[in-house]
Amino acid sequence: MENVNIKINGVDVSAPKGSTILQAARIAGIEIPTLCYLKEINEIGACRICVVEVKGARSFVASCVYPINEGMEIYTNTPQILEARKKTLQLILSTHDRKCLSCVRSGNCELQKLSHDLKVEDEGKYDGENPEYEIDYSAAHMYRDNNKCILCRRCTAVCDKVQAVGVIGANERGFRTSIASPFGMGLGETSCVSCGQCIAVCPTGALSEKDNTDDVFAALADKSKHVIVQTAPAVRAALGEAFGMPIGTNVEGKMVAALRRLGFAKVFDTDFAADLTIMEEANEFLDRVKNGGVLPMITSCSPGWIKYCEHYFPDMTENLSTCKSPMQMFGAVAKTYYAQKMGIDPKDIVMVAVMPCTAKKFEIGRDDEAAAGVPDVDIAITTRELARMIDRAGIKFADLPDEKFDTPLGISTGAGVIFGASGGVMEAALRTAVEKLSGQKLEKLDFTDVRGMQGIKEASYNVAGMEVKVAVASGLANAKELLNKVKRGEANYHFIEIMGCPGGCVNGGGQPQQPASVRNFEDIRSLRAKALYDIDAAMPVRKSHENEAIQQLYKEFFGEPGSHKAHEILHTSYVKRGLY
Amino acid sequence: MGLQKKTVPFTGTEEQKAKLLKVIAEMKEDKGALMPILQKAQEIYGYLPIEVQTIIAEELDIPLEKVYGVVTFYSQFSLYPKGKYKISVCLGTACYVKGSGDIYNKLMEKLGIAGGECTPDGKFSLEACRCIGACGLAPVLTINEDVYGRLTVDDIDGILAKYQD
Repeated sequence: MENVNIKINGVDVSAPKGSTILQAARIAGIEIPTLCYLKEINEIGACRICVVEVKGARSFVASCVYPINEGMEIYTNTPQILEARKKTLQLILSTHDRKCLSCVRSGNCELQKLSHDLKVEDEGKYDGENPEYEIDYSAAHMYRDNNKCILCRRCTAVCDKVQAVGVIGANERGFRTSIASPFGMGLGETSCVSCGQCIAVCPTGALSEKDNTDDVFAALADKSKHVIVQTAPAVRAALGEAFGMPIGTNVEGKMVAALRRLGFAKVFDTDFAADLTIMEEANEFLDRVKNGGVLPMITSCSPGWIKYCEHYFPDMTENLSTCKSPMQMFGAVAKTYYAQKMGIDPKDIVMVAVMPCTAKKFEIGRDDEAAAGVPDVDIAITTRELARMIDRAGIKFADLPDEKFDTPLGISTGAGVIFGASGGVMEAALRTAVEKLSGQKLEKLDFTDVRGMQGIKEASYNVAGMEVKVAVASGLANAKELLNKVKRGEANYHFIEIMGCPGGCVNGGGQPQQPASVRNFEDIRSLRAKALYDIDAAMPVRKSHENEAIQQLYKEFFGEPGSHKAHEILHTSYVKRGLY
Repeated sequence: MGLQKKTVPFTGTEEQKAKLLKVIAEMKEDKGALMPILQKAQEIYGYLPIEVQTIIAEELDIPLEKVYGVVTFYSQFSLYPKGKYKISVCLGTACYVKGSGDIYNKLMEKLGIAGGECTPDGKFSLEACRCIGACGLAPVLTINEDVYGRLTVDDIDGILAKYQD
């Protein structure tokens, strides 16, 4: 690629043509502070925190959106620049509810860090009249506190552009501007899908999941309850970030150790239920193919995607696999099979799920998710909430030994663990479906066509003489594009995997928040996904149908995949919600 | 759908809807079509309630929030219809220094609505206006064609009482 030569603070820099000043400065080892800018999502140059001086320019320019030109001379650290940034920040702080001590983001708030880095000494310098907003608690999974909102628009951009949902936006004008839904609706009354991507990109404490950690502590202290936990695949690939570890560190062993020290009676793995999902889903797929069922069949693991389908594509709910998500399957098995085996009344089991996902908080309250007459899952917490619990309990995470999941519901395969990345469910399903259809052992288990971070992936496989066409989409705007193609007849697939969050669960709305200064320069999705694929590659068993614990479960309890009993316990139904 | 406030029931007709759909069909493909469509829609209905904004959002395949965000940004758009009696309070300089701000606040309190809104029974709408050239009578308000001048807040009850039918 062609390079452009510029000077930054008097030093010669060569950077690719088309770079912004922000990107070129990074190449030169200078980090210009930003606030509203989020690469490819929110490039509006509005907040003015990233201003720099360009020789000859009429005024300071926003480096996040200003492209470099040959010979440009840029200054990033003059006293005037530093003062301008500080003043801008102080003006932003003047309408910010600065209750930092009790804020959920205290310690990893981007606004707080900026105040420190830009040496703000008087955060109340421009205080004046402020609007007071009621906190919106109407959604099942999160709340919005507009008193802490700084109107950066990262949330509205991700909701509209990345997720094609767009239920929040900037209303009114000037001093009265606020981020909200139309006509004073609470978020819970809109067609919000609960994905939590808005929380993941919020720089402050304005958006957060509803915290259920006190509920978990209370359950753990209740001696009459048998409190067990399951952890989703993607949690182990990101939890370490909350304790300062590099992105993509696999902390499975320490996570298990921490959960045991928190007091859970059993520490189980959602990966087990991911293998179970494959058994049921592969069976359902083969049944639809053989018996003229509705195709393409679409995966149903992601509750954000499910709610999106119900709101935005209600005419396609028949395409959804009837399989419950792995989390719900796990809860259903725990409160039937496991309860029987252990001789415990399902009412006395508290099933806690640790998820990279905020939509799971909505999912546990859905209809038709209570196999034993009590909810399959009682409490769903995010990766972030687990980190908070570990901190609060005083557990030194980095010093923990590596421990193993409990058996039998902690036994899993490589196919189960890759559920956490876009393409992983498809690959896991293919490993099983191809062997079942062809009756032969697969030589190569890696289906690399469906891996990676592209929004839409397509592949076609010849399986026992039949051409199976598959597609994978992650991020709901990509899902929308793909489904519209299917509806218009421009594309034809047998099987589609959709995950609500871009890149899949590794980038879920419940994962540790990485600041824009990291997100703008690193692909956190790929780094976390790599951790899962590495685990898979090192597993002795990498096909769901070869999981011995799963085989035993069918032998002792369900009979065959798709049996009547399996249908009653492991499958669910959907609602055609529509938009308004 | 939960509106925060009670509002005048929507009474749009099929003719109005047909007109709006025609306007949208004509402009749909234009870049930046939302603004002119909203202007036309307000001409057709007199205001832009949720029912009208929903039609526009669905026809343009954009989120309702995007429509609502634009409507609430520009003061030319109204979420509320004009009442049977349209009250305008002059907040021009002369009227304002003579206390029209207090009169405006008193009206909001009496009617239970904010400026720009309409009472749920459709009877009174309230808005502020700029100088109407009757500074000699400051502070001034008008109700439809009637002009009331040299007002104090104590006059408000008596004036509203004249419009009880």
